[in-house]
This record gives sequence, C-alpha cells and structure tokens, in this order.
Amino acid sequence: MMTKALSRQHRIALTGNDAVAYAVKQARVDVISAYPITPQTFVVETLSRYVYDGELDAKFIAVESEHSAMSAVIGAALAGARTFTATSSQGLAYMWEALYAASGLRLPIVMALAARALSAPINIHNDHSDFFGMRDSGWIMFNGEEAQETYDLTIMAYKIAEDPRVLLPVVVSYDGFIVSHAISDFYALNDDVVAEFLGKRTTGPKIDPDNPRSFGVLALQDSYFEFKRQQYEAMENSRQVIREVFEKYAEISGREYKPLKEYMTEDAETCIVAMGSTVGTARQAVKTLREKGEKVGVIGILQYRPWPTKEVEQAFPRFKRIIVMEKTMSPGARAGPMYEDIASTLYPKHSEVKMIDYTYGLGGRDISPQGIIDIYRLGKELIDKDKNDRVQFYGVRE
Amino acid sequence: MSKLEPIGKISDLPEESKLRPGHRLCAGCGPAIVAKIITLAVPEAVIVNATGCVEVSTTIYPYSAWKTPWVHVLFQNNAAVASGIVAALEKLSAEGRAKKIPVIALGGDGATFDIGLGAISGALERLDKFVYICYDNEAYMNTGIQRSGATILGGATTTSPAGKVIPGKQENKKDLISIVASHHIPYAATATLWLWRDMINKIRKAVNYSEQGPAFLHVLAPCQFGWRYEPHLTIKMSKMAVETRLFPIYEIEDGQLKINFRVTKPTPVEEYLKIQRRTRHLLEPKNAETLQRLKEWIEWNWQRLENLEKAGKVF
Repeated sequence: MMTKALSRQHRIALTGNDAVAYAVKQARVDVISAYPITPQTFVVETLSRYVYDGELDAKFIAVESEHSAMSAVIGAALAGARTFTATSSQGLAYMWEALYAASGLRLPIVMALAARALSAPINIHNDHSDFFGMRDSGWIMFNGEEAQETYDLTIMAYKIAEDPRVLLPVVVSYDGFIVSHAISDFYALNDDVVAEFLGKRTTGPKIDPDNPRSFGVLALQDSYFEFKRQQYEAMENSRQVIREVFEKYAEISGREYKPLKEYMTEDAETCIVAMGSTVGTARQAVKTLREKGEKVGVIGILQYRPWPTKEVEQAFPRFKRIIVMEKTMSPGARAGPMYEDIASTLYPKHSEVKMIDYTYGLGGRDISPQGIIDIYRLGKELIDKDKNDRVQFYGVRE
Repeated sequence: MSKLEPIGKISDLPEESKLRPGHRLCAGCGPAIVAKIITLAVPEAVIVNATGCVEVSTTIYPYSAWKTPWVHVLFQNNAAVASGIVAALEKLSAEGRAKKIPVIALGGDGATFDIGLGAISGALERLDKFVYICYDNEAYMNTGIQRSGATILGGATTTSPAGKVIPGKQENKKDLISIVASHHIPYAATATLWLWRDMINKIRKAVNYSEQGPAFLHVLAPCQFGWRYEPHLTIKMSKMAVETRLFPIYEIEDGQLKINFRVTKPTPVEEYLKIQRRTRHLLEPKNAETLQRLKEWIEWNWQRLENLEKAGKVF
C-alpha cells in the first residue's frame, strides 16, 4: 500500500504556512477571505499569489478585518462555496462571535491558525492561548506538529467538515514561527489525488431562489436549545467521521493518523502530554531519558475537539504519573485545559493516576529537550511527594 | 440579470410581496414598509439582514416571513457576509453550481452608521457588487430607543433623554452619504417612504448598478414606537422630514450629486418636531438654543447639497 501511495505523491520542502496554502490550493476552494497577521500572513500571501497567477480558480476577498474575514467566509459558505481563512492570536480573538455563528449555522469552513500569544503584553511568538480560547466555540480542532501533519490535516479537514453527518467548521492549528516559518520537507499528494479525494462541495446550506430558505433565524426559549443540542450531536458524529477520513486518507497517502500520538508509552510509568511542535521535542527528551533507564513516554494531542475520550480512556490509565505540558494559562483555574480534559476523562474510574500540570513556553519562550527532561524530573518528584496540587511554571523568572 | 426599468405606477409591481404577512413588526413600522418594498421592487434577490428590528421580527423560528433567500449572521457584518455571498455566487454560477441573483444587504441605522461602518467601508472600497440599504429610524429601536449616529440633534432617546439640563442628543446626524460617496462607488442615494416611486426606482437602479460595483441607499424609515407618534402617521412623518429639509432626497450617480426633490418653501421644522414626543421638548423656551442649532444645521446642510450639485462631478 505504501509504495502505491507514494507513487501518487511528491516530496517538497515548504514552510508550514506554505504547506497549508498548498493544501488549500489542492482542495480547490471557491472563496478565500483573510486579513494579514503575523505569523499567519504568508498563508494568505501565497494563496493570493496562486489566485493572481491563475493557478487557483478562487475568489480572494482581502477584507478590512478578521471579523469581516470570518463573516465573508460565512456568507460564501452559506451560498454553497468551499471556503478558507487563516489567522493568529488577536485576529482569532477578533473573530470570536463569528466563530460561534459559523458553527451554529453548521458551515463547513476550514481555518488555519498559526498559533500565537495574546495581548497584553503584545507578543508575536508562539503559544496556544489563541487556540484554547476557541475551545467551546463548536469548531472541530486539530493541532499539527510539523508541516506534514499540518498539510495532511488541512486536506482531511474539508472531508470531515463537509460530511453531511457533521457540517461543522474545522480549525487546523500549528505553532507560529516554529512550524509556520520553518522550511521542512514533506510528502504532498498529487493534485488529482486530492481532487478525487475531496470532489467539490455538495453538502450543507445553499442560497437558492428556487428554494428560498432563511438562514440565521431568531430561535427563542422554545427552540434555541434544540438547535444547540443538534450541534452537540454533530460534534459527536464527527468522531466516527474523523476515524473514517483518517482511514481513507491512510489508503491514499500511506500516513496513518490517530487522535493521540503515542511514543514509547508501552511500558512507561510516566507520560508526558504535549501539543504542537513540543511533541517532537518531547520525543527527543524521552529518547535521552530512556537511555538512562527512565520508564517514560509521550503522548501528543493531535485532535483536541472532539476530545478523544475513548482513546484517552484506553491510553492513560496504565501510567502512574501524567505530566501535562500546556502552552497556555488559565488564571484562577485548578489547571490548564488539557489537564482538566484528561483528569475529567480518567475520573472517577482511574483516579489513582497522579497528574501534574506545567505551564511553559508562553510568548514563545523556548523549550528544549533538556527543558522537558527538567520538567520530567521535577514533575515526577512533586507527584511522588504529593505536591502536585497546583499548576507549576517552567522556564519563567519568579 | 436583466436590467430593471423604472416603474411609473404602483400596478407595475407584482401584487404579492415576498415579505409575507404574519411577521411581528409593529403597526405603522417604517422599516417593514422598506423591507416589503424591496421585495416588490426586485423580482429575485438574497437579503442579508443585520441584527435589528426587521431581523428579529420576521424570522421567529419556526416561522419566516421571507419568500426570498434570507440570511442573518451578526449585527455589524452584513456587508462582509454580502461580500462573501457575491464572491461565492459569482464563482459557483460560472460553474453552473448556483444561480446568480442580486445581493441586498439590509441594516438599520445602528448596524450601518455605527457598528457595521468598518465592514461597509471595506466592502465599498473593494467595489463588491451588491446593494446596501440602510433603513434609518434614527436610533437603536430594537433594544429600546438608544441614541445612534443617525439620531437627529435634539432627539430624545433613552441614552440621550430630554433632560432637565441637556435637552436630548447634542450632536448632529452623521453625514453617512458623504462617507459612502467618498468611496467613489457607482451609486448612492437617499430615499423615504412618502416618495414611494422615487424609492422603488432607486432600489431598481441600485440593483442595476450592483452589476458594476456597490450601490448604497439611505432610506428614512420613521418608527412610531421610538419617535413616539400615532402609528397611522408614519407616511406623514416621512413627508414632513422631506418638506422641512431635515431629510433631503438626492442621489449621487457617476460622481454627480442631484437633488431629486427640491424643497423650495420648506415647512418650519417646528411643525415636524411638535408632533413627536421624541422632539417636542425642543419647542420649550429653555431649549431654544438646541432648536436654533438644529435649524441652522438644516439650512447649512441644504445649502451644502445645493453647492455640491452645482460643483459638478465632485464624488
């Protein structure tokens, strides 16, 4: 299968941003709308170039704000178009109300997010504050570790979003600068393979004078709740659809995706959990620790929403300790969002598993393999001394 | 799309509007008349409604009064949503995947003068091919009569009340058409209910122009609830707003401003102000200064339009 799949793809080297743009071009989107913001900007620059050079037959709407970017793709998606937008940080925050409108209207929009810290203080570098900020907005949420994953997820995102059982928007996030600006080589499917895999968009809402419908109506106490319940169900349905799409994609690409990325977890006593580019760094750290006889593994979270409940239930109870690394901060909370997701999945059946939460890397503060080794040693010690009752900060002067 | 010719008489329009009875807009609602007239004036269109009275009152689930495609997303984004729809219909219709129809963004003065102005400016600057129609009832009526950028000088609202010290709003109405026209779009005009033929033909003209770029209509639509007059007086209010020169009727076509209804002997504005509870406080002697400012503004504004008309293609 692998050989056959490889014959239908090509190896290229692009930045993470350009890998996304390449996937979007191959998905033959109809309408793109975006506003520039670092570090996402190159995605839309490259897409503009494709459109202006005639390589991509799409409408590009260069709007005056991110609020309008999301609004324009909502309008285009309501008219039946396949759409794309991309943003980062403040841009995503500025879209906030429109994010909820996109999912509530059940629109299969795909958005790329080059993840970046939120103001204040202003900072253009990577963390996951923007990503986690849209947690409850009803979007399917993926996080790519490097260019390959980000490219693959962008193509699969359309297949998932447009499935009639789902009809929800999808965000594909990847780390600002670390992934967005780094050139790396990856395998891209040939254009015809993607075209065949995705086809044209045929599902979801459509503005049609011969079948005049009202979209975005007022639903009050007697009906709003039912709309939202159906939206919840669509997210639940997406679990099966994501599984199917991952399988189909493995057939054409040879690359097998799973919601959780496990590394050396088989006999591990301690598991490090991370998201984004840190997962790769953590693998390196785990390799070193293994050489020193430490029974440690790493799990990377690829699929954040829907939260892979079953997979977490299967993967995590075997560990004695879980060290969760979060590139975001939830002031006033017991812990960060991933910790809380894992803890609530394991509780009460597996409450013997001990956990600790680390906040690291805010505003692009670098994390090295040695840093993760430090977190492992410190976290393990605190858990074993029962001092794991509060969020720890790594790599900050205090 | 075939060109819409101007109509001469009301019977030139279809008998049935695509805004059907049963909606919950008030008796005597000016915006309801605007919405209805749009569907009569244009045979086929998608309406992109901003949040506001017309939106909340016409589509209470499970009902919708609209027999034409209708979209509502948020308060301040109908121009951006319209841009997306225009782009999509253009792309999809070229591939036979959709039918291309006119796109009409509809919003109240709050959505247009205030919160949505950035998105409108963006769409106008991009020369997106749609019509924007603002139904202006001069305050945030849907939330209960709050001051907007469209409220007239002296107008009492719940956030600019006729107070003991400050008699209503102390600022003039925002000059929306100048802002719009500064984008140098193909067509911009004002209209109101009383001059129904002028309004209908401007809507039709705007739709024709929207094949080239954006066309904008600013329609004064009196609100009995917010202006506090008897519901049967809506058309009279519309008439008096024109005859007092408070709301001049003009259009800007190919850069040239033209006054469409020349008011030679204006009715004293007091006649208009005294029949509305939102403005009658301006006739009290203690509020004479505000009234005087309003009168001066009316004359200054009329003269400004006369000058612009004479100046040639200045937009």
